[in-house]
Amino acid sequence: MKVVLENLTKIFPSRTKGGKEVIAVNDFTFEIPDGKLIGLLGPSGCGKSTTLYMICGLQKPSSGKIFFGEDDVTELTPENRGVGLVFQNYALYPHMTVKQNILFPLQNLKGADKMSKDAMLERAYEAAKLVQIDELMDRKPSELSGGQQQRVAIARALVKMPRVLLLDEPLSNLDARLRLQTREEIKRIQQETGITTVFVTHDQEEAMSISDMIVVMKSGVVQQIGKPQDVYDSPLNLFVAKFLGTPPINVFNGKVENEKLLIGGNAVLDVKGVSDQEVFVGIRPEAFIIDKQGPLECKLLNVEVMGRDVSIVSSHEDSVNPIIRSIVDADNLKEVAQESVHFALKPHKVFIFNKDTEERIYVGNEKEKVEADK
Amino acid sequence: MVDSKQQWKAWLYLAPAIVLLLIFTVWPIINTVRISFLEGYNAMSAVNGAHFKFGFGNFKKVVEYRGFATCLKNTMLLCVLTVPISTFLALLIAVCLNSIKPLNRLLQTIYFLPYVTNSIAIGMVFAAMFKIVGFSVEGIEQSTSLGIVNNILAVFGAGPVNWMNQGSSYGANIAVMTIYIVWNALPFKILILLGGLQSVNKQYYDAAKVDGTSKVRVFFRITVPLLSPMIAYVVITGFIGGFKEYTSIIGLFGENMGPVGSGADKPLNTMVGFIYDSIELHQGRAGAAALILFGIILVVTLLNLYVSKKRVHY
Repeated sequence: MKVVLENLTKIFPSRTKGGKEVIAVNDFTFEIPDGKLIGLLGPSGCGKSTTLYMICGLQKPSSGKIFFGEDDVTELTPENRGVGLVFQNYALYPHMTVKQNILFPLQNLKGADKMSKDAMLERAYEAAKLVQIDELMDRKPSELSGGQQQRVAIARALVKMPRVLLLDEPLSNLDARLRLQTREEIKRIQQETGITTVFVTHDQEEAMSISDMIVVMKSGVVQQIGKPQDVYDSPLNLFVAKFLGTPPINVFNGKVENEKLLIGGNAVLDVKGVSDQEVFVGIRPEAFIIDKQGPLECKLLNVEVMGRDVSIVSSHEDSVNPIIRSIVDADNLKEVAQESVHFALKPHKVFIFNKDTEERIYVGNEKEKVEADK
Repeated sequence: MVDSKQQWKAWLYLAPAIVLLLIFTVWPIINTVRISFLEGYNAMSAVNGAHFKFGFGNFKKVVEYRGFATCLKNTMLLCVLTVPISTFLALLIAVCLNSIKPLNRLLQTIYFLPYVTNSIAIGMVFAAMFKIVGFSVEGIEQSTSLGIVNNILAVFGAGPVNWMNQGSSYGANIAVMTIYIVWNALPFKILILLGGLQSVNKQYYDAAKVDGTSKVRVFFRITVPLLSPMIAYVVITGFIGGFKEYTSIIGLFGENMGPVGSGADKPLNTMVGFIYDSIELHQGRAGAAALILFGIILVVTLLNLYVSKKRVHY
């Protein structure tokens, strides 16, 4: 079931008289392809949850339309849309057992959809098996771990075979290890059921790792939509570049002169076709290559060895942030002097943004990188 | 923890409360138990140095007393009637109040007003609502006010009912008292249940909405179970309050605890009323009655706790 959002807008009126109204979601148009896993990504307050609740039907859009397939569901109540929703804190009914929780949506069915007791039980066990909690059916939610509660919540959402599955910050209440495991699990369940799934998260790593597509939002406005890797490799603006990636991208104040990119007066990169101007330069941590002859000289602060990665923490007077974090090959470490470190840059990991609009105006391509390596 | 050198300070601060409680609460309780077992005890003779035999005589006297059965029956009946009705109504009103946005605060205040109003005053207002008042002035023909309740009934073509005047039936009297006690008990219960409702996570209701749960099912399958600790509390305190019912009857019917003309029998008397009646001359008997009431409340509360263990979800 594809989901189409058409000029979706949500405005919350001001709580005080004469106060400012809040535009939570501003003119969101997007078609979610059938059977895909979509991540809505953004910092808190960006409107991602509001979007999810509008798809679900718990909140009414101020304007715009929502289609499931060809059906206009904008005016439908949640139960008539055929959606399953998993809440951030799961909202499992604490007084019911796991089995009763999963059965609950089925027991609500009326009229022609009404099921026999045996059919309901069978369906509940099917859903429980899918999320691997069929052993826990007689426990109360309080007797389950966070991860198990999460699975119960997913089973409860899936049991009525929704057309669309919605997950609100599904992993935020889990510890780091469980998070890793559960996100794989969500991917598996989504692929097994083939249900179009939308999930909301503020954790870019989470979104990148399991989504087929991500939607990056900021203050109600969609910034960029695309495959996770594409968005990471060519962010459309500084916000998206900063939001994706751990460690985060390093931002410098720079200047373009004669198609050369200057940071701190040194030409670090050729940038063809960019007119002379002041710019922001975004450099991914993995863009740095330690090179004695490298044009970018930074003050060395610290070298962190973290398992497979070596991270060099340094500073530069033109850096927007106080520290620059780069991830480099451990082999070249001897090139690092006591006081300073010289870097060459991989062009396709360097982005140039307009100083005023923060739109991206340049990204190097991989070919140049090959040339640079020679 | 307070270190041991500082402990005397802690005790010092606690002392006033402890001393007062010991004198006015703990000692009276112990003394009540003591004198209830001293046959025929009364304070006057005790001061004069009389000795009383230790035994169950007071209890026997209480049980054999002809008014006692009436008191016990009235108390039980009022409890059984008022606690379920007031709890159910309070739950309904709390749920409604919780779902109304405009004027919410004002409505909450209005529903809370009976709680801060003197119950004797409320009783007099209720008496005025239910009582039939006749005016007979010389030279002018007799006019009668049937009371507001009968006037309302008349609109629907019913009544008039003799609720509490001379010759009114026991059933009518109990009905008036039930209405009065329920009305009086509502505010506290609404307050507790509303507090409970407001602390229920809204996401449960969102989840139920997404699952297409009907309003009635939401109420019985989600709201009531989630509120069950508060409901249990309200029921238990309701029963304890119900067993101590006394002022409401004074407020409605006055000192003779029954409609005019019922004489000294006090047909609407309760357990606490019985204790008050005995306290002046037969303190031993009053003590015994108090202990019996305590026993009944204890048993009912234990029963409540037993039931709530199975039904309450904390």
